[in-house]
Amino acid sequence: MTTWDRTASNPGGDRSASGRVRLRTEPVLPVLRPETNGTQVDANRVAVFDIRDMAVFYGSNCALAHTSLKIYRNLVTAVIGPSGCGKSTFIRSLNRMNDAIPSFRLEGQVLYHGHDLYGSGANRVEVRRRIGMVFQKPNPFPKSIYDNVAWAARNLGMKHGLHDRVEQALRQAALWDEVKDRLKQSALGLSGGQQQRLCIARAIAIEPDVLLLDEPASALDPVSTAAIEELILKLKNRFTIAIVTHNMQQAARVADRTAFFSLDTTGPERFGTLVEYGDTETIFRGATDSRTRDYVAGRFG
Amino acid sequence: MVGPGDEDFRTLRAVSSGTMSRSQGPRSPTRGRVRPKPASRTGDRVMFVLCAVACLIVVLTLADVVYQLADNARPAISKFGLGFLVHSTWRPGFKQFGAGALIYGTLVSSFFALALATPLGVAIGLYLSMMAPPRVRATVGPLVEMLAAVPSIIYGFWGIVVLVPFVLSIEPALHGALGFIPLFGHPATIGISVFSAGLVLTVMILPIISALSRDLFLTVPGELKDGAAALGATQWEIIRGIVLPSTASGVGAAVVLGLGRALGEAIAVSFVIGDVNATHVSLFAPGATAAERIANQFQGAINELQIASMFYVGLILVVIGMITSVAARAIARRFDVNRALGATV
Amino acid sequence: MSTGTPLVLGETGLFDPSAPLTPSGNLRRRTWVNTFVRITATAAALFAVAILVIVIFGVVQRGISSLSLAFVTQTPQGLAGGGIFNYIVGTVEVIALGAIIALPLGILTGLYLTEFAGPRSRLAGVIKLALDMMQGLPTIVVGLFIYGLIVIPQHKQSGLAASFALAIVMLPLMARSSQEVLLLVPNSLREAADALGVNRWRTVISVIVPSALGGIATGAILAIARAAGETAPVLICNSIYDPNHTSLNIFHGVPTIPMLIYTSVDLPLPDAVARAWTAALVLVVVILCANIGARVMLARSRAKMGL
Repeated sequence: MTTWDRTASNPGGDRSASGRVRLRTEPVLPVLRPETNGTQVDANRVAVFDIRDMAVFYGSNCALAHTSLKIYRNLVTAVIGPSGCGKSTFIRSLNRMNDAIPSFRLEGQVLYHGHDLYGSGANRVEVRRRIGMVFQKPNPFPKSIYDNVAWAARNLGMKHGLHDRVEQALRQAALWDEVKDRLKQSALGLSGGQQQRLCIARAIAIEPDVLLLDEPASALDPVSTAAIEELILKLKNRFTIAIVTHNMQQAARVADRTAFFSLDTTGPERFGTLVEYGDTETIFRGATDSRTRDYVAGRFG
Repeated sequence: MVGPGDEDFRTLRAVSSGTMSRSQGPRSPTRGRVRPKPASRTGDRVMFVLCAVACLIVVLTLADVVYQLADNARPAISKFGLGFLVHSTWRPGFKQFGAGALIYGTLVSSFFALALATPLGVAIGLYLSMMAPPRVRATVGPLVEMLAAVPSIIYGFWGIVVLVPFVLSIEPALHGALGFIPLFGHPATIGISVFSAGLVLTVMILPIISALSRDLFLTVPGELKDGAAALGATQWEIIRGIVLPSTASGVGAAVVLGLGRALGEAIAVSFVIGDVNATHVSLFAPGATAAERIANQFQGAINELQIASMFYVGLILVVIGMITSVAARAIARRFDVNRALGATV
Repeated sequence: MSTGTPLVLGETGLFDPSAPLTPSGNLRRRTWVNTFVRITATAAALFAVAILVIVIFGVVQRGISSLSLAFVTQTPQGLAGGGIFNYIVGTVEVIALGAIIALPLGILTGLYLTEFAGPRSRLAGVIKLALDMMQGLPTIVVGLFIYGLIVIPQHKQSGLAASFALAIVMLPLMARSSQEVLLLVPNSLREAADALGVNRWRTVISVIVPSALGGIATGAILAIARAAGETAPVLICNSIYDPNHTSLNIFHGVPTIPMLIYTSVDLPLPDAVARAWTAALVLVVVILCANIGARVMLARSRAKMGL
């Protein structure tokens, strides 16, 4: 497995030009990559998110509780676990997308670069500008491909170099070659995988700090999935990425750190909770908690 | 957020507005295709015949409307021809009739009402669908729809007693501020005017536009709005960039329906417009519309030609009414982006 | 358009991520625009509610003083005294007959559109178009139509003619609401009945219509409330009547409340105008109550259907 040339002067890498997608053939368990030295998180790593004892309630129902972890800059952090254990709730709380739900209530603290995300001084729109999200089902706007990518940038006043910006975003999303001749056509005419890459392109066009991906490939075919995974690995140089996935192998392939969520059924109520969090290598090869070991071994979920 | 109450509104809308093509198709794919043939069972056959006869009556009645009007208007049509549409003289005593002033008044008052009611209605629709908290939406929504339930005679009665004096009091100020536009020219100082008629019509078509807009805005898929929000857009930007463009055709249809309502309104307008057969530029002058001329003069008609002329005016109204109905359907259907997105409109 | 240095996404540093989460860049201005829009939209909604309140209040204020039980149970005395009992009776007669004509026709039409016609059937499209157009007819034109159809051959105006005119006003509303409610009846009911070998007409009468009955009744109330206030058809077809006596003969002109209001406005007698206001109050209260009642019924039938 080769490393790509991810330098500042060649942001697209050499893969996107040819448009070829390589299916992975390496084993499920990840091979240590040269970039991550050992299994310890570098002490100099910035914690982008510091989540302290977070709990989420919808009305009186507890959806998530006892969740504490840190998400680090320029790493891919995967959130895995069986369905219904609060993974989506968790990640949507990181950019305040759950605010739209009237009964939503959050306890604990979510610190973003030290600032309380839900504090009184935090502007929701600003939060979402800095922390972008790509959703499970591709949701391109009923506009042209160009306008989909350019729309948010225009809102933000980025009129200078807009065309460059759109092209860069589409290149980084590995979509440029496929759409460069039909930028004015409707985005709805693209295939599912292309639409999802378009959604990624429009998210990165405004250069957020963090990219949250909520099961971005679960609605896609394997070839598109592999393309998205390649993308994620390329993008992590620029952005901090957190990805929810129900596919363990995907987490093993792309993530540096992995958080395993599961259902807590010990008490009278069922709620999701963080079971274990660490380097992907550790989670998949030598997890401490038995639930984690069972899940990654495929014994449930 | 779409909630259980919105279906109520949709069904109630079914009663108070047009475009049956908006009704959902039956949900089962087998509908209408694998049924046992009605002919094999007598009871079924009877029911089928009854239903079919009902539908036939509907279609025939509509056709008969056009026929009756054309038939009774024949004396006027043969005497005045198409010039009737252009000439403004309306002198029953001299047997001279022309609908020019009526058509002018109808168009001016209706489009004036449309110009006021469309932005108001769309704003209210946006408020009810996207900005109001659920409790407020549940009260304000029905209240706005109640505006449509008030009979037109009440609006007319209230109009002449309350609105006209009010207009009278603000005419000088409006004329002072906007008098450079001929529309707001010299006030006629009796308050009874095209302006007052336009205001009454605005109140009457506002609920149509706002209720239909609200419905339309609620059909925009949540994923699109979520996707836009996740890009750091303010609510107005989401409205301007996503909601309004994708519902533009439906809103257009709603506006056309409102226009149709305004064009045909007779009673409320008859109280406040003065039935004066003139075509002033100023909105503050009195005027006349086609529908209210019929309401005003039909019972007091002094000769057959006058009655025939009013049937002729009625025929014009029917044609206008049918055109707006068809136009509303065509607009909603042809540019229906929502259908492409799988939403039901 | 490229500027001097090439744009590299992710490295232009558009904002400082560790800065507090207060608006950066142009967000302050955009937030202001957003707030302005919200205020405008809220004001528009408040304005509409205010108009409703002003109109209703205007009617109540001018009509409440004469409102009494005597008012609705007595017939008029002279030009301005007494009550409006005969007008109420006349209105009810005309509307009732109109409803008797329109309701069954509307329900049958709705039945046809749901039970017999496929969703893409051209015939159904024609019928729906006809219903839309009928609903879009100005009511004054409906009055003229019935005048030509019934009044002229009969050589007199009558409550009967007004009933037919109101039936035309009610019919499309009835058909539309029936169709929408019938569509909501789950298809599984129809299929189950078919599988049991039950005749379709029996299924309709004993299963489908009863389960849609709440919605149909609601639609009927709303259609009737709409027709109750229609003045234009009555003005054309039923404006010659005896204003002082109750009339049960619908083949002649009968007094109706809309006509009372219409003819009273120009009268120089303030008492007559006051009586018209009170009649208007009665009309508005009944119609608004019918609308509110229909909503409540609709909510309850929704709950019953488990929606």
